[in-house]
Amino acid sequence: MKSTSIRRAIVPGIAVLTLALSGCGAGNEASGNTGSGLSGTLNGGGSSAQESAQAAWRAGYQTANSGVTVNYDPVGSGTGRENFISGAYMFAGSDSALTTDGGELDSAKKHCGGDVIEVPAYVSPIAVVFHVQGIDKLQLSSSTIGDIFSGKVTKWNDPEIAKDNPGAKLPSTTITPVHRSDDSGTTANFTDYLEQTSGGTWKYPTDDTWPIKGGESGEGTSGLVAAVKAGDGTIGYADESQVGDLGVASIKVGSSYNAPSADGAAKVLAMSPKVSGRGANDMAIQVDRKATQPGDYPLMLTSYLIACPTYGSKTDADMVKGFLSYAVSSKGQQVAADQAGSAPLDPALQQQATKIVDQIAAK
Amino acid sequence: MSATTSVPEKAPERPAAKPPRSRGDRLFSGAARAAGLTILAALAGVFIFLTIEGVPGLSQPTSTYAPNHDFLSYVGPLIYGTILAAVLALLLAVPFALGIALFISHYAPRRLAVPVAYVIDLLAAVPSVVFGLWGARSLATWLVPLHAWLYGHLSWLPFFAGPPSVTGRTIFTAGIVLAIMILPIITAISREVFAQTPRLDQEAALALGATRWEMVRMSVFPYARSGMVSAVMLGLGRALGETMAVAMVLSASPVVTLNLISNTNPATVASNIASSFAEATPAKLHVLIATGLVLFAFTFAVNFAARWVVGRNERRMAR
Repeated sequence: MKSTSIRRAIVPGIAVLTLALSGCGAGNEASGNTGSGLSGTLNGGGSSAQESAQAAWRAGYQTANSGVTVNYDPVGSGTGRENFISGAYMFAGSDSALTTDGGELDSAKKHCGGDVIEVPAYVSPIAVVFHVQGIDKLQLSSSTIGDIFSGKVTKWNDPEIAKDNPGAKLPSTTITPVHRSDDSGTTANFTDYLEQTSGGTWKYPTDDTWPIKGGESGEGTSGLVAAVKAGDGTIGYADESQVGDLGVASIKVGSSYNAPSADGAAKVLAMSPKVSGRGANDMAIQVDRKATQPGDYPLMLTSYLIACPTYGSKTDADMVKGFLSYAVSSKGQQVAADQAGSAPLDPALQQQATKIVDQIAAK
Repeated sequence: MSATTSVPEKAPERPAAKPPRSRGDRLFSGAARAAGLTILAALAGVFIFLTIEGVPGLSQPTSTYAPNHDFLSYVGPLIYGTILAAVLALLLAVPFALGIALFISHYAPRRLAVPVAYVIDLLAAVPSVVFGLWGARSLATWLVPLHAWLYGHLSWLPFFAGPPSVTGRTIFTAGIVLAIMILPIITAISREVFAQTPRLDQEAALALGATRWEMVRMSVFPYARSGMVSAVMLGLGRALGETMAVAMVLSASPVVTLNLISNTNPATVASNIASSFAEATPAKLHVLIATGLVLFAFTFAVNFAARWVVGRNERRMAR
C-alpha cells in the first residue's frame, strides 16, 4: 500500500520538479542589456589557433554587451575564409591572409562591396618541444631543425646538434620527429620559417599539410603534444601556450639562442613589411623571419580577423565593429595574452588596426 | 485445427483456396514486411547519399588530394590500411572468440559459463572512444618494449623490418585494440550457435566413442559453420568501420607499407574521415565521402563473397 502511493507520486513529482527548475535557467536571454544596449547574434569562425583567444574576447565583449551572443566556430582557416566569402560568417579568423592566386581576395571584395578589412589580432610563438631522457636544455639552429625534421639527422648525439650545444652531454637515443597529421596554420608557419632561415637545407614547400610522407604524427596541437610526451627522443612543434611541462628548445637568432617569448614574436611582426598590392584596409603582413635583433623570436604564427567595411544593417555593423575593436584594443590583447598565451600587438600595429576597424559602418 | 500449410486437393480448374488468415496474422505479416522494407530503404538512402555527394569527389583539382595526386592514389593507401587493420584484428580475435564460445557452450561448468559470458558481453558495452583513449595512452606505451623485441629478433620478416616506434602508436597496437573490440560480437553469436547444435547429434557421436573434441569437430562445427561465418562477418564489419579508436591510436601517413611496428602507418578510411572532417573544405568533403563510398562497396563485396562461399559449402554438404 505504502509503496503504491509512493510510486503514484513519483511521476507527477518529477514533472512538478522539472517545471519548477526550468524557470531557473532562463537567464541567458537578453533579460537586461548592460552597456551599449546592442542585441543580436554575431556569427564568425575559422582558425582553430585563435580558439582560446576568441573565447577570452567573447567573454569580455559579452560581459560589456550582454544582449549580444558571439559564436565562433573553429572549423579551420580555409573553411572560415570560404564561409566569410559566402556570407555565412560575418567575420572570420584566419591564420593566413586571403589568397590572391586562389581568387579569394577578389571574391571577398565582391562580397563586401569594398576593400576587405584584414587586421592581425593574434600573435603566438611556436615552440620546438622535445622529450628526451638526458637532455634538459637544448639549443638548435634553423638548419639543424630542418635536418632533424627531414630525417637527415637521426641520433641525438649527432655532431650537428653537438655544434649548437657545446659542452652538453647528449644521449645516443634515436630522434623521432613528430608532425601534425591535420592541416594546420602552425605547420604552415613552421615550414615557412624553415624555408626562409635554413639557408637552403630545407627543400620542402610551405604548406598547411606536412610535406613529408611518413613519420610520427599527432592530431591537433594536443595530439602532437601527447605524442611527444609519449615517447623518448621525440621532438615536435606546437603553439607555445600548450606545451605544458615539455622541454622547449631555444632557437638561433643572429648569434644568440632565444627561447620562445611573446615579446620576441611581437617584435618580429612589427619589423615585417606589409604585403604589397592590397587595399588600404588590408594589413596582411609578409613575416620576415630572417630577423636578427637580440630578443627576436621569428618562429611565430600570426592570425588575422577578416571583416567587411560595410554591412547591410546597422546592428550588424555595430556588433562587428564593437567586437573587433575590443579584440584589437590593448585591453582585449591583454586578456588574450593572459588566457591564451598570445603576444599583445605592438602599439604601432595596434593603432593602425584600431583605425581601420573604426571605419566599419552600415551601408 | 490450425489452418496453415495444407492446400486442399481440388480439381485442376479450380484455384487452390487460400488458408484462412486472421487479422492478427495480416497485421503481423504487414508489420514485418514494413520493417524489412524500411531497412532496405535506409540502406538505399545511404547508398544514394554516398553516390550523389561522393561522385564529385572523384574529379577534384589535384591540390585536394595532397600529398598524392589523384583519387586512386588517395584512396588506395586508405583501403590498404583498412584491410590491414581488419585482417590483424581478425587474426587475433577469431581464434580467441571461437575458443571462448566453445568453452562457454561445451566445456565450462554452468557456474563458470554464465559469469564468463556476462563479462564478455560487458566488453561490448565499452564505448569505442574509451578504447581509443586507453589504446593511445596506456596500451601503446605498454607495448613499446614488445615493438623493440620484435624488431630485435624478427626484423628479417618484412612485417617487423622498420625502426620500432618509440610511442607505440602503430597499426600493430591498433590491430590489438580492434581485436578486443570485435571479440565480444564474435563470441556472443558463436556461443548461441554452438548451443543450438542438436543434442541427438552430439549424443550419437559420444555414444560411438568420440572424445569431447572429436564430438565438437564432427557434430558442432559442421552445424555451426554458417553461424560462425556470420559472426566473423559481423566482427569484420565492425573492424572495417571502426573510427574513433583507430583515429586516436594511429600515427598515420598516406603510404602503403607492410611494416607493422614503425611510426609510418597507413590510415584507415574511417579514421581518415574522422581526422580530416573538421577542417575539410567543401571540395575535400566530396573526396572524403567518395572514400566512404569505396569502403561501403568493399564491405558489401566482402560480405557477398563470404555468403557465397558458405552457400556453396552448404549446397555441397546437402548433396
